[in-house]
Amino acid sequence: MSKSDVPLLDMYRTMLTIRRFEERCNYLFMQGRIPSTLHLYIGQEAVATGICAHLSPEDYALSTHRPHGHAIAKGVAPRAIMAELFAKSTGCCQAKGGSMHVGDIEVGMVPAIAIVGANIPIAAGMALAAKRLGTDRVAVSFFGDGAANEGAFHEGMNMAAIWDLPVVYVCENNLYAASTPVSVAFKIEDIADRAAAYGIPGVVVDGNDVIAVHEVAGEAIARARRGEGPTFIECKTYRLCGHSRSDPRTYRSQEEEAEWETIDPIPRLGAQLKEAGLATDEALTAIEGEVESLIDEAVAFAEESPSPEPTDTLTHVFYTQTQSEEG
Amino acid sequence: MAEMSIAEALRQAIREEMQRDPRVFCVGEDIGITGGFGGAFTVTLGLADEFGHERILDTPISEIGIAGLAVGSAMAGLRPIADVQYGDFLFCMMDQLANQAAKMTYMSGGTVKVPMVMRAPVGSTRRGAQHAQSLEAFFTHVPGLKVVAPSTAYDAKGLLKSAVRDDNPVIVFEHKLLYGSKGPRSEAGSVSPIGEVPEEEYLVPIGKGITRREGSDVTIVGKLLTVYRALAAAEKLAQDGIQAEVIDPRTLVPLDKELILESVCKTGRLVIVEEDNLTGGWAADVAAIVAEEAFFWLDAPIKRVSAPDTPAPFAPVMEEFYVPSEERVIEAVKALF
Ligand SMILES: Cc1ncc(C[n+]2csc(CCOP(=O)(O)OP(=O)(O)O)c2C)c(N)n1
Ligand SMILES: [Mg+2]
Repeated sequence: MSKSDVPLLDMYRTMLTIRRFEERCNYLFMQGRIPSTLHLYIGQEAVATGICAHLSPEDYALSTHRPHGHAIAKGVAPRAIMAELFAKSTGCCQAKGGSMHVGDIEVGMVPAIAIVGANIPIAAGMALAAKRLGTDRVAVSFFGDGAANEGAFHEGMNMAAIWDLPVVYVCENNLYAASTPVSVAFKIEDIADRAAAYGIPGVVVDGNDVIAVHEVAGEAIARARRGEGPTFIECKTYRLCGHSRSDPRTYRSQEEEAEWETIDPIPRLGAQLKEAGLATDEALTAIEGEVESLIDEAVAFAEESPSPEPTDTLTHVFYTQTQSEEG
Repeated sequence: MAEMSIAEALRQAIREEMQRDPRVFCVGEDIGITGGFGGAFTVTLGLADEFGHERILDTPISEIGIAGLAVGSAMAGLRPIADVQYGDFLFCMMDQLANQAAKMTYMSGGTVKVPMVMRAPVGSTRRGAQHAQSLEAFFTHVPGLKVVAPSTAYDAKGLLKSAVRDDNPVIVFEHKLLYGSKGPRSEAGSVSPIGEVPEEEYLVPIGKGITRREGSDVTIVGKLLTVYRALAAAEKLAQDGIQAEVIDPRTLVPLDKELILESVCKTGRLVIVEEDNLTGGWAADVAAIVAEEAFFWLDAPIKRVSAPDTPAPFAPVMEEFYVPSEERVIEAVKALF
């Protein structure tokens, strides 16, 4: 793919949408207008954006307890996510799921899975179905560094490998699993080294560089579509926010945070765009304005939407089977 | 006497047992990281400073590993207190708990012991279906596991200490809305009872229930959060002239049947309140015991008040419908008169 094929401005817009969405969530949460807890994606936007830029709604994305960014990048309407966070009936899960389960199967965003590591074998299963049904769909499994130490990681990864399943494993190594630094949980520097144990390619990429992520994702997804099997991509990144709700982040240093602030993926792409003459300050400001309105609109939609009835609790325990699906 | 929250009482129990017995250690995720949370609900906060990271052992996110390590280290001479951040993740470690920990003594003809403690927070707290379940019944169903469920600071400390000293695997269920965790780890809608805890050493024996309120007209059995729902209901019922006796079994396995049966024989009516789903719940078992052993003392059908047979919903309005409320307990009681 030549540089001109890379949808840089679209990716800039997506990253900014995720960032502003998350910042607004945080604000609304602090004000008590969003219940529950939140795991925000601030700082990691380049990963979801660079990967999902290659996916169509037919492809699957599987996510974690930190899913808003993946959902936005995969094409779930921000208003539907916001309404879910507000616990409204118009939410993407009809207020049944909440922050940790946002998704919309219509656009290939599997309702997010909050059990760490659990999506890894499920992604293999979806890829198996994609292959057996003769489609060229791929499944992308996003998970954190922490998930790589779950048993499900090993089992899922190995099955995907032995059957050459069309799946891409994207490990977002943000250096911490909640408060636990990777140095406490791993004896190895690069988690991608584990790919060798399954006989699949393992790639390490700067997860704060959307262009680099986009490039390795392109190869991995093309390889999956060609039927050559899974790739393991480790994106080195950092969450520029707490693990969840009001995390004081006292398990890491302010110097470390400041260092990562300097390679924030969004200003980084903005600078690259300007340098390459692909965007002016005015153009970027215009995108900023459009994104702000989109988020305003999402919040207004969420606020105006109706709450579920208490008895709505009782619906959706089982899928309602239709005539055409029988047998 | 000192006043403290359940989180503090559990921390004291762990501290005292670790001081008393060098074999005791804690193992779990985010329990001892410097500058971290002290576990999901602050129970182990500060203990790594006192005992070091070898005895407050931070693990990778590996639930099978945590449970298996607890089983193995217990079999080979240590006394682990394992920790899971949300009870729901017990499902990730089910083989180690249900097939290994629970059966080792039996399979070995009584020659091998597994003196481990598995602590697990339960209860619905607006986090949706995978961070909300009350899993007690899954574990009361497995022979070989002891199961405790303390609802006060006094019991939390005394039962955890007994659990550590027990030569069998003990699952300790703790309720998220009862911990009284402070600061950023506090929970919306918490009951957080502050209770009196003696300065001097004491144990609460595994297998002994307690009567939380005396009454002559109806017996209400609750556990964890629903003890408080039952007590609140009992106060309101008293205004209508109904005297409810509230029983908190504290231990689910082995169950203090006598306490419940004696109460039912006195009152003639029984309502069981729990946060678990209705079908196959622990309440069904208590109902069966009373139906079998005290049928002729009953003046009315036994009633269960529980969560409906659905996963836990996210939206607060639905969650309030899902978790048994004081009002539902009152309704259930009144229907018996
Ligand atoms: C099976 C399981 N164990 C523990 C948790 C609690 N938990 C939620 S997020 C988290 C840390 C996850 O770290 P990582 O996989 O690196 O993802 P990140 O939060 O950094 O995005 C933990 C321990 C969980 N949700 N599921
Ligand atoms: Mg991480």
